[in-house]
Amino acid sequence: MRRFSWFNATSLTFGFAFLYLPMIILVIYSFNASKLVTVWAGFSTKWYGELFQNEAFLDAVWVTLKVAIISSTLATVLGTMAALVLLRSGRFFGRTLFSGMIYAPLVMPEVITGLSLLLLFIGIGLDRGVLTIVLAHTTFAMCYVSVVVSSRLTTFDQSLEEAALDLGCSPFQAFYLVTLPIIAPAVISGWLLAFTLSLDDLVIASFTAGPSATTLPMKIWSSVRLGVSPEINALSTLMIGVVTLGVICASLISKRSAMKRDQDERTAERAEAA
Amino acid sequence: MTQSVFAPWNDPGAKPLIQFKNVTKRFGEFVAIDDLTIDIFEQEFYALLGPSGCGKTTLMRMLAGFETPTEGTILLDGQNIAPVPPNKRAVNMMFQSYALFPHLSIWDNIAFGLKREGLAKDVIGDRVQEMLRLTRLEKFARRKPHQISGGQRQRVALARSLAKAPKLLLLDEPLGALDKKLRQETQFELMDIQEKTGTTFVIVTHDQEEAMTVASRVAVMDHGKIIQVATPADIYEQPNSVYVADFIGDVNIIEGKAEPQGGKVSIAWAEGQPNVTGTPSSEITKGQTVHFAIRPEKVTISATKPEDATNAIQGKILDIAYLGNVSTYHVELPNGVVIKSQTANNRRLSRRSFTWEDDVWLSWTDTAGILLER
Ligand SMILES: Nc1ncnc2c1ncn2[C@@H]1O[C@H](COP(=O)(O)OP(=O)(O)OP(=O)(O)O)[C@@H](O)[C@H]1O
Ligand SMILES: [Mg+2]
Repeated sequence: MRRFSWFNATSLTFGFAFLYLPMIILVIYSFNASKLVTVWAGFSTKWYGELFQNEAFLDAVWVTLKVAIISSTLATVLGTMAALVLLRSGRFFGRTLFSGMIYAPLVMPEVITGLSLLLLFIGIGLDRGVLTIVLAHTTFAMCYVSVVVSSRLTTFDQSLEEAALDLGCSPFQAFYLVTLPIIAPAVISGWLLAFTLSLDDLVIASFTAGPSATTLPMKIWSSVRLGVSPEINALSTLMIGVVTLGVICASLISKRSAMKRDQDERTAERAEAA
Repeated sequence: MTQSVFAPWNDPGAKPLIQFKNVTKRFGEFVAIDDLTIDIFEQEFYALLGPSGCGKTTLMRMLAGFETPTEGTILLDGQNIAPVPPNKRAVNMMFQSYALFPHLSIWDNIAFGLKREGLAKDVIGDRVQEMLRLTRLEKFARRKPHQISGGQRQRVALARSLAKAPKLLLLDEPLGALDKKLRQETQFELMDIQEKTGTTFVIVTHDQEEAMTVASRVAVMDHGKIIQVATPADIYEQPNSVYVADFIGDVNIIEGKAEPQGGKVSIAWAEGQPNVTGTPSSEITKGQTVHFAIRPEKVTISATKPEDATNAIQGKILDIAYLGNVSTYHVELPNGVVIKSQTANNRRLSRRSFTWEDDVWLSWTDTAGILLER
């Protein structure tokens, strides 16, 4: 048994308090009946009701979801393609430069990415709106996807694809019948990563959004500047809820599949012994 | 008895199925296949033998279409196959690493190639079932590759490549992970399949016994070159070099200076030892360095000097390797050279006639060994 130590207990308490206290306060105040955020006036869910009446917020939620889904899907397709090409095409002139350039946006300050995209959109005369945010998010999420997918591809046994070709697949069939199913977990985590990045991006969206489209983070940010309203607390609580649910689901799914694999292995052993 | 009649390589009119014409394959500076020219005929069982890294897999990968020759051409049925992509070749390969699809069940792995042909469901089902039965994998059809043993995986890889019944089948060490009994059974299955379907097999193996059993011809390779191609019996009895003689089976090599005497050659090989007499197969000049190669089972061991033997040398038993059906005696000659002699154990162990340190005579006839120039 490990001995109880005051030091450990204190650091644990402070650590968790540091992480979760702000969120807990936020959740509590979202159920505050008072309009004043800092004064407790009894329990109420009226801010949630009002949130769902608020057209501007709902609009922003819709825009955000649309942007996140489209851009993360595009980024996944492009990022996976980039990873495949860079790992598979063998040696060609400037290959190191290319693979280096894929990763550069990871370290580029967002302000610069946003600004340069803004200049580009103005330059080619593209009206800023949902489309421009989607393009911008695709651009910067793509390199994250490509990093995730290429780290999986480095351990992918290329002879599997050769076997598929040997058995009569076209190169495209070999990709979607063999390579894609095997690297699917990496592609899915790439998509999730891109989705999350798009969901909570404020800086790049602010540069590339036009008056016709506002994302949720932009909406929250701009309304907070006019003062924190209980509606925002309610909205944030909902977001925390959604994220928590997502995390729980994901871990349950992976636990289930691990359990299934275990079980399969045990049946396999039993049959072998028999 | 098709084996004895089947010899298209001796028929000048026969058209080879595969022709390698001066094929060289380089990986950067490294030469993996070196100016290789071979013919493989339809319905052959062509075995590739050679040390690790000599280019066997590379040769197969060029046939399957995963590597292109740096120089030279490969013809299949008289057609240059260089522009044909792997999926358009009537060739299937069993990979040395198996390359089973980890996300598919054993059943689906075997059905994979058949499904690409767009066959009817029940045709595929029947064919897969047949393959499963052939490789004794019926019980494992629903498992994933990571849920079966190494030998079972090897059989899945074999079944998957056999399923499509291609014109040419490339097997890269197909039976290495199987136990002896299963391996022999599978060898006979393979020969059976070959007889029934007329498929041409190219097989890589590290097991010479296997090559001897199944092959119509054996090709011995070294450093990307073919050293000798011949029937199993010829490879064993008529090797063209010390390398081949040494690679296939056990052999005693005696090196010395040649002295032609009539139709025979007498070899002076050691001070104070009688010359060894052999029958040459090619022109030998006086004073030339030659190697006399003789298989241990052709060396007779006896307690007294045999009267009529052309070659007889005395020595002392240094070691005895008891292998069950045969025993190999390592006999040390007075000059320190060790000669191996093998005899069948047709008596029980306790009644064996020789033991360690015994003085014995080794003898052989003048046609028992072979004279090699290199
Ligand atoms: N893609 C490659 N790049 C560079 N060298 C290679 C490549 N593939 C094979 N080689 C080299 O070519 C040589 C022949 O390889 P190959 O795989 O044909 O050997 P092998 O005869 O099949 O050996 P083993 O019996 O061990 O399987 C080896 O020395 C290997 O290192
Ligand atoms: Mg090999």
